[in-house]
Amino acid sequence: MTATSPVKAVTDFGDLVSLPKLLARNTRAYGNQIAYREKEYGIWQEWTWAEAAKIIQELASGLMALGVQPGDHIAVVGRNRPALYWSMLAAGHIGAVPVPLYQDAVAEEMEYVLEHCGAKVVIAEDQEQVDKVVEVSERIHHLEKVVYYDPRGLRNYDGERFLSFEELRRRGRGALADTTPKMQAIVDAATFDDVCVMLYTSGTTGKPKGVVLSNRNIISASANSAIFDHLTNKESTLAYLPMAWVGDFIFSIGQAMWCGFEINCPESQATMQTDMREIGPSYFFAPPRFFESLLTSVMIRMEDASHIKRSLFHAFMKHARKVGPAMLDGKPVGGWDRFIYRLGNVLVYGPLKDALGLSRVRVGYTAGEAIGPEIFAFYRSLGINLKQLYGQTEASVFITQQPDGEVSDETVGVVSPGVELKIDERGEVFYRSDGSFVEYFNNPDSTRDTKDAEGWVATGDAGFIDEKTGHLRILDRAKDVGKLSDGSLFAPKYVENKLKFYPNILEAVVIGADRDMCTAMINIDLYALGNWAERNNIAYASYQELAGHDRVYTMIKSHVEEVNASLADDAMLSGCQIHRFLVLHKELDADDGELTRTRKVRRRIIEEKFHDLVTGLYDGSKEVNTETEVTYEDGRKGSIKACLRLEDTKTFASKGAAA
Amino acid sequence: MTSTVTPDGRTIGDVLLEVKNITLRFGGVEAIKNISFDVREGEIRAIIGPNGAGKSSMLNVINGFYHPQEGEIFFHGRKRNAMKPSQIARQGIARTFQNIALFKGMNTLDNIMTGCFTHMKTSLLEQAIWWGRAEREEYVYREKVEHIIDFLEIQAIRKTPVGALPYGLQKRVELARALAAEPKLLLLDEPMAGMNVEEKEDMCRFILDVNAEFGTTTVLIEHDMGVVMDISDRVVVLDYGRKIGDGVPDEVRSNQEVIDAYLGVAHD
Repeated sequence: MTATSPVKAVTDFGDLVSLPKLLARNTRAYGNQIAYREKEYGIWQEWTWAEAAKIIQELASGLMALGVQPGDHIAVVGRNRPALYWSMLAAGHIGAVPVPLYQDAVAEEMEYVLEHCGAKVVIAEDQEQVDKVVEVSERIHHLEKVVYYDPRGLRNYDGERFLSFEELRRRGRGALADTTPKMQAIVDAATFDDVCVMLYTSGTTGKPKGVVLSNRNIISASANSAIFDHLTNKESTLAYLPMAWVGDFIFSIGQAMWCGFEINCPESQATMQTDMREIGPSYFFAPPRFFESLLTSVMIRMEDASHIKRSLFHAFMKHARKVGPAMLDGKPVGGWDRFIYRLGNVLVYGPLKDALGLSRVRVGYTAGEAIGPEIFAFYRSLGINLKQLYGQTEASVFITQQPDGEVSDETVGVVSPGVELKIDERGEVFYRSDGSFVEYFNNPDSTRDTKDAEGWVATGDAGFIDEKTGHLRILDRAKDVGKLSDGSLFAPKYVENKLKFYPNILEAVVIGADRDMCTAMINIDLYALGNWAERNNIAYASYQELAGHDRVYTMIKSHVEEVNASLADDAMLSGCQIHRFLVLHKELDADDGELTRTRKVRRRIIEEKFHDLVTGLYDGSKEVNTETEVTYEDGRKGSIKACLRLEDTKTFASKGAAA
Repeated sequence: MTSTVTPDGRTIGDVLLEVKNITLRFGGVEAIKNISFDVREGEIRAIIGPNGAGKSSMLNVINGFYHPQEGEIFFHGRKRNAMKPSQIARQGIARTFQNIALFKGMNTLDNIMTGCFTHMKTSLLEQAIWWGRAEREEYVYREKVEHIIDFLEIQAIRKTPVGALPYGLQKRVELARALAAEPKLLLLDEPMAGMNVEEKEDMCRFILDVNAEFGTTTVLIEHDMGVVMDISDRVVVLDYGRKIGDGVPDEVRSNQEVIDAYLGVAHD
């Protein structure tokens, strides 16, 4: 089965074949328009395209003066700041390849990537990042220079190896006479198929892989998606997602450069919400988790509001759920309903959207995980055009996306412009596009396993195309879809997502492949349950104590049984009902290797790490004593001990089929 | 005395503050008995000792809240006469308190702004009308305060009432207010009391960074031995109002009298 896009893809790129060329175009066309904004010292600092281009030129010249050669890798690490985006763009001017790293990676993770890509220069945001580089630099001999942006605490680092961002710019300015012609020659010689960036995948399995993306990949994916959603140079976005993630590179560099729109960097991670409200982005991306926690906080704050406010909120939200999504999709809605919705907009929806910073969002996307139907409906009923897309690093993000007016919580949309899609007999999804990656860096075996000679790339996801709508629906990771020992279908992620839609459940891991029944390990949501505990006068001293509380167990059990009941309705998946479960004594964490940096569950590692718990789930024990190693933020290790209760749950007979 | 450079590259200069033969009595109780020590420019100087040793009293003597019955204080090499704490603050000595002393109902930003008041030249009336000179002056100090907020990474609580903040953050706001006075000498009274390990590490980082970045001379009282030995250049040890040790952390650690009085048993 194959599919192609209803929207015509861009085929003629003219001379816009690289990021430096796009930068030059933007400087010509939108020179005085704001390109970058960053809140610092309590004020939004601004740079126009022309100003940014000048700084990028100086940086590129400085890097050249440091001895960076075409083809070298330059690692960039830190939170989203214009300076770091400029550093990545500067690399392109001298033919070097930027490699953004996850800023919350611990030193040893950073060591692997630095070693693997062979970076000579690291551009780090601050002392925290520099110290990690210093820690691993004894073992990485190719590392020559470390450039830091925020000089705090770094004054006394030896000046030979470490230099500040300002110093790099100063040296670059000094060398401009010498470097300008050389840089011009490199930019002129660059082709559509030269490497643009290298991004490391989060690595759900094993070590991260370096995905090499060419100018063709980045620019065509950006251009096509911009056409799909009619993005212009008037958009405004908030750059807050990890810079090492392909999405941020596409949104904050690819599309921003292609369209010439502005990106805004928050003051710090903690101020993101307030900064977002001040900016009011028109184009916004967030993972489902973001929308979930935002909704949870709205609901909790409404509980604390006065009686009048609370009843107004609930009454109008009920109306919004009824007609909001239809109005957003432009379907006919009665005059009276329209009037009430408008009233609601003045009294509730408008102020709420303003408080959330979502009042100007014209195009909003979520992806990465399934989003709960209620969460999705909540935002859409407020009139926020939230849509889903399906993509991955190897595709330069876009594989499928939902067009305006054809949005659903179950599917991930139609094929993106310029993408071909096919589904093999095993149900695995394959795609081919101009955005498909060049190769995995220094890893021809993995490249061959993923991308065949004709350019089809395996996603590793199992799914199907919905006959009626032509939209793609994703079931699970293809390798995770398995069979129970009685031969019925086992799709753990599908069940986990159903569990995670309950605000009290933060994370769930369902086990069952090749076993006689399914069981689950559950993480509670401390924010939601902590609030509930406070409301109900339940005292607890720690996460562990709350997680093991009798009433928490009762509540989680009722959630699990509701999921079982809904699974029983589905003929294909009724075998996935959960027979036993436990509530974990610690939150699953990327630092402990249990989640990827993009917060996806690493199934195999969890099953190995908690093997005593898994055994307990299947041997019928009522309690298990366990000890778990934990890693602190600074990389030190400790351990926690706990006695966990295992609980049996009610399951239901399958209603779907007689079998 | 000529200046020296520490192994981590900071410069320590001449004596900035010298206390000579200070004795402080409350009625018949001698809180401080004939104590002398000096603080050199750019160093981190710790005062340690068991409860009731006279540490906080010593800090109160330095910032002019208590007036000692005997002894002299030299600041910048000049003998200091008895002054009010506000006059001493204007000379460039700022402090934080063991029990946080912030304006609980005011937000973080306003609390820190109060630290600048010793430098502001405009009158109360001008500030109330907030026009011309007073407005310009506030902008200048607001910018300084914003740099401190950035430095201590408290941007997210800029507009939060201080009373609603957790303890560790309140301590940080108090440090910010002291820094807003642009002190020559910073007195910290138990900056890490009641904090968890992570908060302590952050606070250590900030104290070291303040010292390295602004060259602020710092005198701190602290109970956590690990912290004291790690971050201070020299340590004074008090016990029952007497000075029983004075020197670099290693000397103090191996001083038998100090071990007996305070550290108990020496660990290898």
